Amino acid sequence: MSPVVGTPVLRKEDPRLLTGEARYVDDLVIAGARYLGMVRSTEAHAEVSSIDAGPALAVPGVEAVFTGADLQDAWAAPMPCAWPVTADMKNPAHLPVAVGKACYTGDIVAVVVATSRYAAADGAEAVVVDYKPLPAVVDIEDAATDRVVIHESAGTNASYTWALVPDPDAVERAFASAVHTVQERYVQQRLIPEAMEPRGVAVVPQPIGGDLIVYSSTQIPHILKVMLAVTTGVPEHKLRVVAPAVGGGFGSKLNVYAEELIALAIARKLNVPTRWTEDRTENAVATVQGRGQIQHIELAADADGKITAVRVKLLADMGAYLQLVTPGIPLLGAFLYHGVYDVPAYSFECTGVFTNKTPTDAYRGAGRPEATYAIERAIDALAAQVGVGTDEIRRRNYIKPDQFPYASPAGLMFDSGDYEPSLDRALELIGYEGLRKEQADRRASGSTKHLGIGISTYVEMCGLAPSRVLASLNYSAGGWEAATVRLLPTGKAQVVTGATPHGQGHETSWSMLVADRLGIDIDDIEVLHSDTALSPIGMDTYGSRSLSVGGVAIEMAAQKVLDKARIIAAHQMEANEDDLEFVDGEFRVRGTPTKAMPIQAIAFEAFTAHNLPDDIEPNLSESVTYDPPNFTFPFGTHVAVVEIDEDTGHVALVDYAAVDDCGNQVNPLIVSGQLHGGIVQGVAQALWEEAVYDDEGQLRNATLIDYLVPSAAELPSFKLDHTVTPSPTNPLGVKGIGEAGTIGSTPAVMNAVVDALSPFGITDVAMPASPQRLWSLIQEAKTR
Amino acid sequence: MIPASFDYVRADTPDHAVQLLGEHGDDAKLLAGGHSLLPLMKLRLATPSVLVDVGRLRDLSYINDAGDHVAIGALTRHQDLELSDLLGAQVPLLRHAAGQVGDPQVRHRGTIGGSIAHGDPASDLPAVLLALRATLVAQGPNGTREIAVDDFFTGFLETALAPDELLTEIRVPKAPGAGWSFQKFNRRAQDWAIVGVACVRNGTTGIGLVNLGSTPLRAAASEQAIGSGASIEDAAAVADEGTDPPSDLNATPEYRRHLAHVLVRRALEQAGG
Repeated sequence: MSPVVGTPVLRKEDPRLLTGEARYVDDLVIAGARYLGMVRSTEAHAEVSSIDAGPALAVPGVEAVFTGADLQDAWAAPMPCAWPVTADMKNPAHLPVAVGKACYTGDIVAVVVATSRYAAADGAEAVVVDYKPLPAVVDIEDAATDRVVIHESAGTNASYTWALVPDPDAVERAFASAVHTVQERYVQQRLIPEAMEPRGVAVVPQPIGGDLIVYSSTQIPHILKVMLAVTTGVPEHKLRVVAPAVGGGFGSKLNVYAEELIALAIARKLNVPTRWTEDRTENAVATVQGRGQIQHIELAADADGKITAVRVKLLADMGAYLQLVTPGIPLLGAFLYHGVYDVPAYSFECTGVFTNKTPTDAYRGAGRPEATYAIERAIDALAAQVGVGTDEIRRRNYIKPDQFPYASPAGLMFDSGDYEPSLDRALELIGYEGLRKEQADRRASGSTKHLGIGISTYVEMCGLAPSRVLASLNYSAGGWEAATVRLLPTGKAQVVTGATPHGQGHETSWSMLVADRLGIDIDDIEVLHSDTALSPIGMDTYGSRSLSVGGVAIEMAAQKVLDKARIIAAHQMEANEDDLEFVDGEFRVRGTPTKAMPIQAIAFEAFTAHNLPDDIEPNLSESVTYDPPNFTFPFGTHVAVVEIDEDTGHVALVDYAAVDDCGNQVNPLIVSGQLHGGIVQGVAQALWEEAVYDDEGQLRNATLIDYLVPSAAELPSFKLDHTVTPSPTNPLGVKGIGEAGTIGSTPAVMNAVVDALSPFGITDVAMPASPQRLWSLIQEAKTR
Repeated sequence: MIPASFDYVRADTPDHAVQLLGEHGDDAKLLAGGHSLLPLMKLRLATPSVLVDVGRLRDLSYINDAGDHVAIGALTRHQDLELSDLLGAQVPLLRHAAGQVGDPQVRHRGTIGGSIAHGDPASDLPAVLLALRATLVAQGPNGTREIAVDDFFTGFLETALAPDELLTEIRVPKAPGAGWSFQKFNRRAQDWAIVGVACVRNGTTGIGLVNLGSTPLRAAASEQAIGSGASIEDAAAVADEGTDPPSDLNATPEYRRHLAHVLVRRALEQAGG
């Protein structure tokens, strides 16, 4: 039996997903369920003067309307923020249904209960709400002035300021003695996650015992269960949370949402099942958004362009309230603003401010794409100043292979890395020398089709996370993951994971790990997940953590099963354990070819327990909860090639190469899939996507007609390759790949855009690089 | 994304459709492929009280050689236009442009008649029919009438069709061997054009403009200039005359005017003399 780990096994999940067999929350048939319709504020900032439910109650099928005041007694606590980043962080009470005042256009002010989805929609439209509009705070820098304070109780729009300055004097000295300095301001525009399946929730009270089953399209059934208990007062052991098939999250379903709490509260109040499914325009305003930062980054460097210090100040847009981990998102990038470079002095400070917009929170990469963008754009600016190539400036600054494990200036310990080979290979894949020559030829000939080449080398911290480190950051939970591996009497295996897949292919990857460890077929393995009754313990899926934490737990649990099986095998074959070898799924006694027992037979012996050693319990079922000793630090180099049409400003991504290193790969097919999707999402930030708000705080592009999620038609084939630098901190040597593509791609594309326009003297382009924006910049440059 | 309530009736014949329109009056809307109307209804920007479904009038799905023109049934789907050999030989501009509408899903459902009758200035095919100087055939309670495409688009999402009329056929003059070009400028392949230009040159020059005003427009000044012997450059420079470009997240009016110049120039160059 040859090992499957490391081979491109087709995903076990795909047939049911591709044939429509998979069941999402909205597909569930729930007898007697009432449909909820959310009445959302049409104003970004307003006092709610009155709510008239009368017209809604007249709509056929509408049974009830609840206002914020009606539901106030349903909450044992306000909506949770699990990451109080500083002791004095301002976290104004956030109720699922607003009372008295609405703070963004998605804010729920009333809930309609109806017998059909259509009646719920008609009812929600019929509720008459009188608003007394207040000035809306839309711009982040305007918010920071406190010209208008959104939350009176906070007294300021600044939620917190968090700083990481290990040695302030060293930073000052570095800048004082610098030969070159770079000062840049970048804007991370807000992005709408746009998971293919919008959110949905259904709550089903059980006929006896007071139990409630909550079905939710969530990344975090385990965390949600705890938070539902805390916020509604339902005893935790009376709650079961199930995440059925979940059609993507990208961080946006790593949250505890008002609608989940409302569905639970109303199901309890009326003792009926309740359900709600978000529609696409609702999703745009009511699901958390990503990014939303203004970044000031300064580099100090010596004459050779060797960076001696990085100093960063961020203004981060929290939106109207703090959701589950809103304030912590910038902190996930706080440690990485020096990127892959060996920088001795470091300074980071972030202020989170409230605005009258949808709350921000985790979105693919969460803090790390922002950090990578800033340093990777700034180092290109440094290259221009020093007068060396964008490849050469990176080579001069990379952390060298012999420096690992590398104690970073921000206080992390980078586990392993070898950055330059990823650059070499990426440049080779893209044909860098040839492209630079073509670029020069085009420029010399006066071509109006401008070629640009952009490089980005990234490192990220993932494998969230060592629980003690999370404690030091004031995060309210641990970073471990739980696993159980169970051999059934007939030799089949059940694998229970606390990591909750929503597109990542855990069933396939976990099966592969167990198949190799126990010598059984991957089709003989079932992975149980996403249901707190089947998998009671877990920390779920986000932050590229599943394989490097949850997968390692699976590996360790399988090893424990194997260790116990070995003891039983030795006992049964009357051999010394040390004389046993485990080959092709069976224990063999070395030197006695006739004596062998397949692991399936041992599973049956463990089940009957007729002949076990005295101190061995029946059955083969082992559990592990693994708390990682460190983060993992995947890295890679991405190279983008763009062509810009001077006459129209149109930009086309014409070629793309990425060489990523996520340590050992369990399933290269899944790695490639993650990279493809991740790269597209990062390119989308560079070229297409932005949540655009007007001065009144209205989202102007709430539909997929106006919010430009790209498709394959806009993109070239990607040239992917890998280097392999295993992590020394876990037994699988794995790192994580879920966010890498998104982290590496945005700066690569924008560096290419700026490179293309450099003949015009253009040194920065705001995202997204829309044709109109580029055309305007070119026009301005021509008239300068 | 949940439409307001409406009634639904299905027409069995074109006559039946006209009769149903007469019965239900101004509140009725015809439903063909649904790719313009249904999104508006789901956003509750359109709230017709009755939908008259003409989607099963298969007799109105055809592409026929009719001597000096090609006759296209109003219910013909974009996909059928895109794959038509007859159009490929006689009106390649229309065949090509039909393949640029939306994405494959849209082209399998959307119809040429629906696209024309919707009168959206951002749609591709109205501008193409303007360039081609097509004739439209409408059926009403008193029989059929022909409408020149130049008289068809009367306002934003408004056409010369009476409330009880059904667009049944599009007649496109044959132009084998004519030079042509379709310039669609957008940010994603599936999107409406930010600006589009349809151009055919066959002795005379026809130029239709996408998304430069409240209706699909003809670049009359450019046509006239090129007809009087102006250079392509000079003709393109007046492409935006008489237009009133909209402003949206993708483009200011000024940028749209500039794109009209560039795209008309490129279209004239590609279409050749």
